[in-house]
Amino acid sequence: MKSVSKIIVLVVVLVTTFSCQNDNSPNYQYFPNMYKPIGYEAYGEYDVFPNSQEALLPVKGTISRGHSLYEYENTNEGYAAALSELKSPLGVSQLNAKRGKELYDIYCGICHGTKGAGQGKLVKREKILGVPSYADRDITTGSIYHVIYFGKNSMGSYANLLNEEERWQVTAYVETLRRELKK
Amino acid sequence: MKQGFKFYAPSKLLSTGLFFLTIIFTSLFAQDGDPVKGKSLFNANCAACHQLDKKMTGPALRNVEARLSETEGLDRAWLNSWIRNSSAMIKSGDAYANKIYAEYNGSAMTAFPQFSDEDINNILAYTAKEKAAPAVAVVGTSQATVESSSGVSQEIVLGALAILFGLLALGLFLVNKTLRRFASANNVEIAEAIKRKSLWKAFVQNQFLMLVAAIFFLLSSAYFVYGYLSQVGVDQGYQPIQPIHYSHKIHAGDNGIDCKYCHSSARVSKHSGIPALNVCMNCHKSIYEVSESTGNDEYSKEFYDGEIKKLYDAVGWDDANQKYTGKTKPVKWVRIHNLPDFAYFNHSQHVTVAGLECQTCHGPVEEMEVMYQFSPLTMGWCINCHRETNVKVQDNGYYEKIHKALSKKYGVEQLTAAQMGGLECGKCHY
Repeated sequence: MKSVSKIIVLVVVLVTTFSCQNDNSPNYQYFPNMYKPIGYEAYGEYDVFPNSQEALLPVKGTISRGHSLYEYENTNEGYAAALSELKSPLGVSQLNAKRGKELYDIYCGICHGTKGAGQGKLVKREKILGVPSYADRDITTGSIYHVIYFGKNSMGSYANLLNEEERWQVTAYVETLRRELKK
Repeated sequence: MKQGFKFYAPSKLLSTGLFFLTIIFTSLFAQDGDPVKGKSLFNANCAACHQLDKKMTGPALRNVEARLSETEGLDRAWLNSWIRNSSAMIKSGDAYANKIYAEYNGSAMTAFPQFSDEDINNILAYTAKEKAAPAVAVVGTSQATVESSSGVSQEIVLGALAILFGLLALGLFLVNKTLRRFASANNVEIAEAIKRKSLWKAFVQNQFLMLVAAIFFLLSSAYFVYGYLSQVGVDQGYQPIQPIHYSHKIHAGDNGIDCKYCHSSARVSKHSGIPALNVCMNCHKSIYEVSESTGNDEYSKEFYDGEIKKLYDAVGWDDANQKYTGKTKPVKWVRIHNLPDFAYFNHSQHVTVAGLECQTCHGPVEEMEVMYQFSPLTMGWCINCHRETNVKVQDNGYYEKIHKALSKKYGVEQLTAAQMGGLECGKCHY
């Protein structure tokens, strides 16, 4: 009978050990105060911030470093103005077609297709429909940049995914694709 | 003629009349367009902003021609000129054009001057088609029965096996009992086991064996203690439940969306950021439900649709009116990959400069329905990769000099990250 009780104790110990192995919670740490940051980490939750959110929008009326003011408004008039007058600040020597293609393939190619004909993977799989070919639209450098910045109709804004220089690189690459399609 | 009518039964007459009426009406509205061609035109040109039964950027277009002629008294000519150049109509002061323009917050419809009358005919024929009856329920039930029946048959097999084993055990017990009874009846003595010194006692009395056993026991427990201690603080396999069930398999795997589409800051900053919800809305403004084929045995289509609803709720998107309400609820995603504060890691250094694939460290994310930590993220793991990975030194004018000097120093053609100083303590701990 003694051995039976021993076996039971062993089984209970093993069961509790293995059932505590849980993928849903992180492992415990040795000296956790070495692990935890003292400063505010990105996406952290701290009481000093509104809604305890460390991730905040820039203060209204300020422009972050490396960014500049975009003067056209997100309206039809703004679009028309950008279409007719906005030009790229990048000179020919600053344009990098390879980077433009890389960025285009990541952010635009998924819907507009790597050729710009509106046949991206999401369109082919019929997840998103009605993506036009660049050749079918009267677009200019300014209007392409404007649409990347604000989005249009179903397309969202890409201003937070691409910085200013990257947006102009992509704009230049879209124009290249459009020329290719028009041939 | 009069005689001819006599042959028709009244019900037949009615149905024939209806038939002709339908033909007249359909030909009036659709003018014999080809709905199949219309569908491909619609999908290529209109579907970005319009759906048949749901308000999107523009209004729902099911039976648009009939609706306009009934409620607004507008004819095909009006529709033609609207489709070909809506902004000119708005400028000309057309009452309904201005009304619809204002109703959809001044989003201007793209002009389609390239559409011929036939194209518009075909598109309108497609919009005039009756809504297909949902075939979902039938498919769902048949699948359910198939599943449940396979579940039942498995249970039956298991139960039968259990009963069989029970019967076998009972049979053996009975045979044993009968044999013993026979033995006692025939006065056959069953030899009792001879009392010997037990194996256990002999083992304990042998000092050499005891010593070996003790050493073995100590070594093996040291092995287990070492293994236990070295996994403290390691979260490999950590798979928390997220507030919204986001499937990397569907997004990055099936649909082939690049990791950097959502995690764009991995290119340019220390963190590979969690995408803001507006990035989700880039696509989910249009994708308000998953397709039939996306639902699987584990997670149904309804489940996924519910998760998209959660996204709309969090970002404050009113799907019915296609508007942001402004009431947002930030999603508290659970962070999976976490380095201790005393170790510095920079994503852009690895993603942009080294050009590593995300999968090198994060594993086959495109196959993960639920995200988990693939790598141990221990220092040994980092160091190992730095020792094995060659640095791309080609076409890098900026570091040409130091690359040459180091290659000479180590006498190698290809430098590893370790030889570039990737093992120095201060690179990550400062």
